[in-house]
Amino acid sequence: MEKVKVGIIGSGNIGTDLLMKLMRSKTLEVTTMIGIDRHSDGLKRAKANGLKVIVNGIEGFLERPELADILFDATSAKAHVKHVEALKGTGKQLIDLTPAAIGPSVVPPVNMTDLSKESVVNMITCGGQATIPIVHAVNRVSSVNYAEIVATIASKSAGPGTRANIDEFTITTKSGIETIGGAKEGKAIIILNPAEPPIMMRDTVYCEVADREMNEEEVKQSILAMVKDVQCYVPGYRLRAEPVFDENKVTVFVEVEGAGDYLETYSGNLDIMTAAAVKVAEDIALAQYETVKEKAGRQ
Amino acid sequence: MNRDVYITEVALRDGSHAMAHQYSVDQVIRIAKGLNEANVPYIEVAHGDGLGGSSLQYGRSKTNELELIEAAASVCDHAKIAVLLLPGIGTVHELKEAASAGAKMVRVATHVTEADVAKQHIYMGKDLGLETVGFLMMAHMAPVEELVKQARLMESYGADIVYVVDSAGTLLPHQVTERIVALKNALRINIGFHGHNNLSLAMANSLAAMEAGATYLDGSVRCLGAGAGNTQTEVMVAVLDKLGVKTGVDPYKMMDLAEDVVAPILPKPQEIEKGSLILGYAGVYSSFLLHSERAARRYNLDIRDILVELGNRKVVGGQEDMIVDVAYELAKKKEAHI
Repeated sequence: MEKVKVGIIGSGNIGTDLLMKLMRSKTLEVTTMIGIDRHSDGLKRAKANGLKVIVNGIEGFLERPELADILFDATSAKAHVKHVEALKGTGKQLIDLTPAAIGPSVVPPVNMTDLSKESVVNMITCGGQATIPIVHAVNRVSSVNYAEIVATIASKSAGPGTRANIDEFTITTKSGIETIGGAKEGKAIIILNPAEPPIMMRDTVYCEVADREMNEEEVKQSILAMVKDVQCYVPGYRLRAEPVFDENKVTVFVEVEGAGDYLETYSGNLDIMTAAAVKVAEDIALAQYETVKEKAGRQ
Repeated sequence: MNRDVYITEVALRDGSHAMAHQYSVDQVIRIAKGLNEANVPYIEVAHGDGLGGSSLQYGRSKTNELELIEAAASVCDHAKIAVLLLPGIGTVHELKEAASAGAKMVRVATHVTEADVAKQHIYMGKDLGLETVGFLMMAHMAPVEELVKQARLMESYGADIVYVVDSAGTLLPHQVTERIVALKNALRINIGFHGHNNLSLAMANSLAAMEAGATYLDGSVRCLGAGAGNTQTEVMVAVLDKLGVKTGVDPYKMMDLAEDVVAPILPKPQEIEKGSLILGYAGVYSSFLLHSERAARRYNLDIRDILVELGNRKVVGGQEDMIVDVAYELAKKKEAHI
């Protein structure tokens, strides 16, 4: 299949990490980086790698829309709102890594297939990407009444945006645990740990299932299968211990080591966001290809 | 009322840890009533981990904290109800609910190096018309200059008071002194101190803090707080009275409350046992105590090994999930040796 053209809006840490991941993709061709600071390391790297560099933001892209069909938004919630507006009617698909939460939320191994035609999808939060697959894995075997997740990340990996509005993390993640993970009730907690050397991202997932519904062996197998699915796009995603069962409760300890593309390996929280976003774009590209093939077959 | 030092009674919040978060409305009413009668100016009421703390991670509250806040407020005609909020656990949403339930003060707590996550909550506290406190936890884990920098941030967000919080009960009196002095020199707002008695130093540390210029001190009646508890309020009131420091609190009424109301509800007397001692010795968050006792039993380990390992890993407040994680690892290692 022909590679689908993609672009990155935002030339900060996240945008640059995306760039490095996208250059490895077999289904996506990263053609463009859109920023506002021509001296940023991200734009310099993009240029050095032969990408088209746009320094006047989304307006600049609208003059050259043929450059990309899928765009990653790695800016801020505020800027994202503007980008959604600007891209309306262009047929471009937007993958949102900001906390704006405008489009439907997506966790690749859980609900990607339903969303491949959406004009905007959002990546929830790092804690959501790391834990919702586990909640879903438990829920597909034994229905989850309550799921609670605790995400602990290195202080150094929490940017000013996260810090200024930490409530967005807890509220958005809770909602994802419920709507995508399938838990009747969700709760999310985030902890910043400043230890040096920085700690790796850790997530603890507690699920309480309905009375007498805990099938330990099946739940465990479902979790292990899900971990493998996530590992396909986040190789550093792993269980720290076997799931711990306690009557109708199961506790799962996850650790996320980053791939170390542009970001440090300890910031698995950022890596899982960029890796999941690339996975989403690849799935969209695949779905586009299938549609085209189908049409061609009918003609 | 002229007070030299303002005491905040924390048994109905910090003590929630020792009570495994099982407070009933009736218990809270009786304690709050007694505190109000003894003329304690502030009474903190919330889950031990602050608003929204009821969870599998920290333990579920038997009674919804909003009911407890409302109940306490209903029996206090001059004592003000304070609540604790840890950004990352509770949100401004819970803060608004607490204010509607009668809270007049919010203490926004972060790890000593992470004050900037408290900005939106301090803003909201001020917007709601609450007295707003910045609460820098695990104060031993950062150099003094860093503590000052973080306290300045909280001041810049509008906090009325900033606290040095010795969550692990591990600071020694001279370390408390240097921290309070540094804050006193750098800030215009009032300074507070919150101690834990794990090394039997809570009273001495509170005095050191006061002598260095702190005007807000926390205590827990009958030491009903996490770990070995806090500075024992009725003792602090008596000591400060002997020093001629006006707290406005009636020492006899505090003693009666401790003896007649609080002592009978304690799950066990608040002694310094090896678990709480090692919290102070290793510098570990005091609310880890009961969780670590449970993990030690489950995995057949010495609680000291668990807590020391947690200290080595520089675990911060709120990371209770690390207890089982570490215990599991230690148990596996032990197994491998056999």
